[in-house]
Amino acid sequence: MKRIYQILIILTVLALIPFHGKSQCKSFAKKVCKLELTPYIHDGNFNAAILTEGEDAELYKTFYAGQNYRIYICGSDALPDIEFQVLDVNRNVLYDNRKNNYSRLWDFKLQSSQQLIISLRVKNSEGETDELVSGCVAIMFGIKEDK
Amino acid sequence: MNMKLVHRKALYVLAVTLSVALLNGCGSGKENASDSGDLVTIDSLEIDEQLIQDVKTVKEIFYSLPSPLETAMILKQSGAKYNEELLNPTDNTSRYVTNKSMALNLGIYTTDLSYASLFDQTQATINYMNASKKMAEGLGILNAIDEDIIERLEANINNRDIIMDIISETIMNSSSFFEENDRQAMSTIVLVGGWVEGLYIATNLVGPDADFRNNELVNRIIDQKLTLGTMISLLEENSDNEDVKNVMTNVNELKTIFEKIEVTTSKIEPVTDEETKVTTLKSETTISMSPETYNELKEKVKVIRSNYIL
Repeated sequence: MKRIYQILIILTVLALIPFHGKSQCKSFAKKVCKLELTPYIHDGNFNAAILTEGEDAELYKTFYAGQNYRIYICGSDALPDIEFQVLDVNRNVLYDNRKNNYSRLWDFKLQSSQQLIISLRVKNSEGETDELVSGCVAIMFGIKEDK
Repeated sequence: MNMKLVHRKALYVLAVTLSVALLNGCGSGKENASDSGDLVTIDSLEIDEQLIQDVKTVKEIFYSLPSPLETAMILKQSGAKYNEELLNPTDNTSRYVTNKSMALNLGIYTTDLSYASLFDQTQATINYMNASKKMAEGLGILNAIDEDIIERLEANINNRDIIMDIISETIMNSSSFFEENDRQAMSTIVLVGGWVEGLYIATNLVGPDADFRNNELVNRIIDQKLTLGTMISLLEENSDNEDVKNVMTNVNELKTIFEKIEVTTSKIEPVTDEETKVTTLKSETTISMSPETYNELKEKVKVIRSNYIL
C-alpha cells in the first residue's frame, strides 16, 4: 500500500509541474558539451538524457572508414564519474575509460566501417547516502575532415 | 533527433525516473539547475530500497543515425565531386505541405546544404539554408533557423569552419526540438530523408565504368547496410506513427536489396598512437556485390527519393 501512495504522489507531481529536464539538457549539451569537441565538428545529433547514479545507457551507431571521430561523454559536474566503453557488435571491448582515468573523450578512426556500441554507466556515489543524484548526460560525436 | 528511450521497467519506475528529471528541471535539488551542472537530490521522497534498486537498473537505449552533416562529410571524404544538378531544387519548397513531406525534405535540404557548404558553394549554401528554414518553420520548429542564423551565415560565408558550426547548430536545434516535444517520429523521418538524399547523391556520382573493388564511394554506399539495422530499430520504436510506417516500407525495400550484398569483417584490433593519442580500429572488410545489385539499389533509391521530393 505504501508503494501505491508513493506512485500516486509521484504521478500527481508529474501532472502538476511542467517538465523542463529535456530543455535544460539541451542547453547543457549546447553550451557546455559542444565546446569540448573542438577542433572536431559536432555532427549535430542530440543524444542526451537525465541519468541517475547507477543507471546505464547504450548507444548504437555506425562509424565510417576514413573519418576522424571524437566521442565525448558529457555529464553534469554534480554526477559521480561516468564509466564508458566502446564495444564491437560482439561486445568485445575496444576502449574502456576506466583504464584512462575516467577520461570523458576518445579520439579514433577506422580502417573499415563498423557498427559500434557506446556503453556508459554513471557510478554510484562513494560512501553511504540516502540521496540519489541525477544530472544530464550527453553523448556527443565530433567529426574532423582530413585536410 | 535521433534518440529513442526504452524504458524497461514498470510504470512506477518510469514515474520515479521522470520525477528525478522533473525535479532536476525545477532546480529543487541542492543547487539551482544551471547550464553548468544539474544536481538533484530526491531526499524529500521516501523511497524504499527496492524502488531505488529498480531505478538503478533502468537502461536507456539510443539509436544514432548519421546526421546530414556527417553524410555530406562521408561523401566528400570518399572522393565525391560537387554536382548541383543532383540536389533538390530550392524552388520545390512550396510543394511540401504535410508534416511527412516537410520532415523528409528538411533532411534532404539539410544534406544538400551540408554538401554545398563542404564544397564552398556560397550561394547554394545560403539558398539551401533558406529552404531548410522554410521546412523547419512549417514543422513548427521555433528558432531552429532564425534570422540571426541566416545573417551569421551570410557574414561568414567564406569561413567554412564557422559555416559547419552553424549547420551543426541548426541540426541540433531541430533534433532537440523534436525530442523536447515528444515528436521523435518526425525526427526519425528527417534523418531518413537526409540519409536517402546522401545515398541518391552517392549512387549518382559513381560512374558506369567504376571499378567496384577499389572505389571508396562504392564502399561507403555498401557501408549503409550497417546503418540500415540501426535505422530499422529506430523506426520500429516509432512504428505507431502512420508516416513512419510509410517510410519503413521504403527502408525495407532497400533492406531487401542490401541483403544481396555480402560484407565480412575481421576482428577489430585497436591500436593507439602514443603521440597523438588517436586510436585506429584496424580491421579488414571483404565485400561482394554484383553490378546488377548495384544498379537495382541505384534505381530503387532514385524512385524513393523521387517520391520524397514530389
